[in-house]
Amino acid sequence: MKMKRKLMQATVAIAGAGGLGSNIAVMLARSGIGKIFIVDFDIVDKSNLNRQHYSEEHLGRYKTEALAEQITKINPSVNFTYKTVKVTEDNVVELFKEYKIVCEAFDNPIYKAMLVENLLIKTTATIVSGSGMAGYSSGNNIQTYKKMSRLYVCGDLESDIASNCIMSPRVQICAGHQANMIIRLLLGEDTP
Amino acid sequence: MIYNGKQINIEENVTLAQFIQDNNYDIKKIAVELNLNIIPKFEYKNVILKDSDKLEVVSFVGGG
Repeated sequence: MKMKRKLMQATVAIAGAGGLGSNIAVMLARSGIGKIFIVDFDIVDKSNLNRQHYSEEHLGRYKTEALAEQITKINPSVNFTYKTVKVTEDNVVELFKEYKIVCEAFDNPIYKAMLVENLLIKTTATIVSGSGMAGYSSGNNIQTYKKMSRLYVCGDLESDIASNCIMSPRVQICAGHQANMIIRLLLGEDTP
Repeated sequence: MIYNGKQINIEENVTLAQFIQDNNYDIKKIAVELNLNIIPKFEYKNVILKDSDKLEVVSFVGGG
């Protein structure tokens, strides 16, 4: 099947392996994306288990390693690679420059903006970002928007962790929007 | 000028930096596209906005 082959030949990079990134990586692996590269510096903490794709057995381990282990079990045909480093203004271009599709999955809005600005200026990547999925207001408010020529933003654009709790359902809805937009781009669809 | 998809009137000779400040954006949390070009933060003060411009400001919120 043509679609399956396209996805198998595709490569996607993900910045962040938290609530969005870990769930997006799993969805892309289940969808048969050939190569997935993820960057995260953090270790799995008990407070992550309410929304991130990890379990008790992963506590204290690097998220990248814990995710690699799970992805291998879910779909061993995925070529899953990772780097366990913090993404900063100094390394962001070097880390992601060879990827045509980059998924922004950080939690800190300053890092979201840093990644988007740098990659849109210094690379040719298209970015699928997440913004606004905290709290428990209507899931119907989470949408995919095409905000710039190479930037898609998924979320309700306003529900901040600063003033809301953060829970699995809306994080998963947003992650689903991002994963779906990535698959759409890989299959030649560019509308949100 | 078209700002985030809507037609608005702007003052003459207003800089992008001033516009961002007047609209209460937190500069560290935004990305800006002007006429399909991404503008780096250090350039905001050098860009004068015009009526014919198309400006998109994306402001990120926390959580993920």
